[in-house]
Amino acid sequence: MNKNEYWKENLRLVSILLAIWFAVSFLFGIILVEELNMIRVGGVGLGFWFAQQGSIYTFLVLIFVYTKKMNALDRKHNVHED
Amino acid sequence: MDLTTLTYTFVGATFALYIGIAFWARASTTGEFYVAGKGIHPVANGMATAADWMSAASFISMAGLIAFNGYGASVFLMGWTGGYVLLALLLAPYLRKFGKFTVPEFIGERYYSRTARIVAVVCLILASITYVIGQMKGIGVAFSRFLETDYDTGLYIGMCIVFIYSVMGGMKGITYTQIAQYCVLIFAYTVPAIFISLNITGNPIPQLGILSTMADGNTYMMDKLNLVVSELGFNEYTTQILGSKLNMFAYTLTLMIGTAGLPHVIIRFFTVPKVKDARSTAGWALVFIAILYTTAPAVGSMARLNLMNTIQTGPVGEVTANIEYEKRPSWFKNWEQTGLLKFEDKNGDGRIQYYNDKNKDFAAKAESFGWKGNEMVKVDRDIMVLANPEIAQLPNWVIALVVAGGLAAALSTAAGLLLAIASSISHDLLKGIFKPDITESQELMAGRVAMAGAIAMAGYFGLHPPDFAAGTVAIAFGLAASSIFPALMMGIFNKNVNRTGAVAGMITGIGITMLYVFQHKGIMFIPGTDFLGDMSPNWFFGISPNAFGCVGALANFAVAIGVSKMTEAPPEHIQHLVEDIRVPSGANAAVEH
Repeated sequence: MNKNEYWKENLRLVSILLAIWFAVSFLFGIILVEELNMIRVGGVGLGFWFAQQGSIYTFLVLIFVYTKKMNALDRKHNVHED
Repeated sequence: MDLTTLTYTFVGATFALYIGIAFWARASTTGEFYVAGKGIHPVANGMATAADWMSAASFISMAGLIAFNGYGASVFLMGWTGGYVLLALLLAPYLRKFGKFTVPEFIGERYYSRTARIVAVVCLILASITYVIGQMKGIGVAFSRFLETDYDTGLYIGMCIVFIYSVMGGMKGITYTQIAQYCVLIFAYTVPAIFISLNITGNPIPQLGILSTMADGNTYMMDKLNLVVSELGFNEYTTQILGSKLNMFAYTLTLMIGTAGLPHVIIRFFTVPKVKDARSTAGWALVFIAILYTTAPAVGSMARLNLMNTIQTGPVGEVTANIEYEKRPSWFKNWEQTGLLKFEDKNGDGRIQYYNDKNKDFAAKAESFGWKGNEMVKVDRDIMVLANPEIAQLPNWVIALVVAGGLAAALSTAAGLLLAIASSISHDLLKGIFKPDITESQELMAGRVAMAGAIAMAGYFGLHPPDFAAGTVAIAFGLAASSIFPALMMGIFNKNVNRTGAVAGMITGIGITMLYVFQHKGIMFIPGTDFLGDMSPNWFFGISPNAFGCVGALANFAVAIGVSKMTEAPPEHIQHLVEDIRVPSGANAAVEH
């Protein structure tokens, strides 16, 4: 088992997921909110929707993707439990 | 049945359930007491974590904050959920692999330093006590408003219930009761929301209701709300911001890293059987939290719409469009009695005018209607969730359910926090530092005594809330964000951070955050000692004191890494320890208790 390779792949995965985490909340929900509000979903602007709904749904997806990918990575590098 | 009888029935039934669970899930070892024997399934643990995390503040206050701050309140929605991503990706699996009982224990071993452990214990206890006071107050208020007892009696009953199941069951008892409490609170939160969404928009799903049109026309619900509030001079709901954009950014970041650094949340990840369960527990916890948090924007916006429509029944400016004070609904009268809602007939016309008299343009227009200022002189934001079913004229059993839900939220969080305090006293201070040779049964006893002591202390503060209670929330999140989170994260992701760096970083982080809060809110929150004044022009780049924890955290990272570069590297065995916690295999091998 190669711990260094495992750790590097882990860091790569975490960086990608955190970039999405940052984008949906800070970027879409705060920094670019006016621009995104030009696009309407139902009765609200897209920026507002991301700030109060969309970011939370994305957070959920991020954690479950992480769990799934990490479990696969554990097996690939043979560092899983049992 | 009348409201009081119904409320007694609901609250009584839920309390009986909690005590029943406590008898069933008694703890017999320290492992069961601190971390429920590490045997809780991730879905169950996620549910318990959600109940632990969602306090009286989430249940009662958040929708009120949203109702009056509109888009600006997004900082709470994103901040209190986004922290779970950080927890899952950066902390939870590694702390579970490390496999001990408390947060200070990890900090003490990773930084091979008793000083670091003691600094962590102090931060943990300060942050947790601050929180507990708020929960105790919530319990007292809920009892006094709905069960018509006085505040003190309500508090004593709440303390007894928490005492029974947390002292007896420890983490095991607390976890199983929290699962029951989650079910009660989520049911109580969503049922009124569904009814109200159906009334207003015709869509039974609140998350979709806020995107829909009004039930009686083609206008979108949010457009209608924007129109109603801006016609009365208030800021437009979907665009009003909290301070500045930079402030919103900092506030959200502080709440996120504060969430990931709060000890009573982290402790939950020690209770799962495996490392991979720690990862998915964070996901399940967020699923259960998201059900409430995505409903809250609907509860807030619809409550605001209902409130405005109750008072302003027709076109602005028409005399008969303002409701007559004598014809005010009964919920209005009930809340007036508590002093949380106040009316003052400034122009003596016997009607209620509710508008923003601080908006100069609109105030001039209002004068032409013969209005002499906003007559709703006090509308406490915290009453929104509790008053919501009454405002929407829902049946009494829904109101009774909401009371039971509010109590479940307050009790579950109080118990989780008290356990975090008790375990850091009995495990970190007593066994870790003062009496390492203590036996397991003695330690279990000490844990129970510490828990009872913590409950008594929380009760004391609940009966005599310190003047600074409201301001301390800033400190709780500030402390967790600026000290605990950076220390944990660097402990895992940076092998080179040593003892000196970690301690210097934690002290710098806390120091900067506390100094900023004190200079704007008063030293120890004593009025008059706030030498820079609590006003936005003096804020550093317009960042409010509550949002400053992230700046402290940045300073912590910078100082810890800088100091570690200049001092000697951590010893060999610590570097091995870090390498070991980074991989899941061999979990539990390190646990010797």
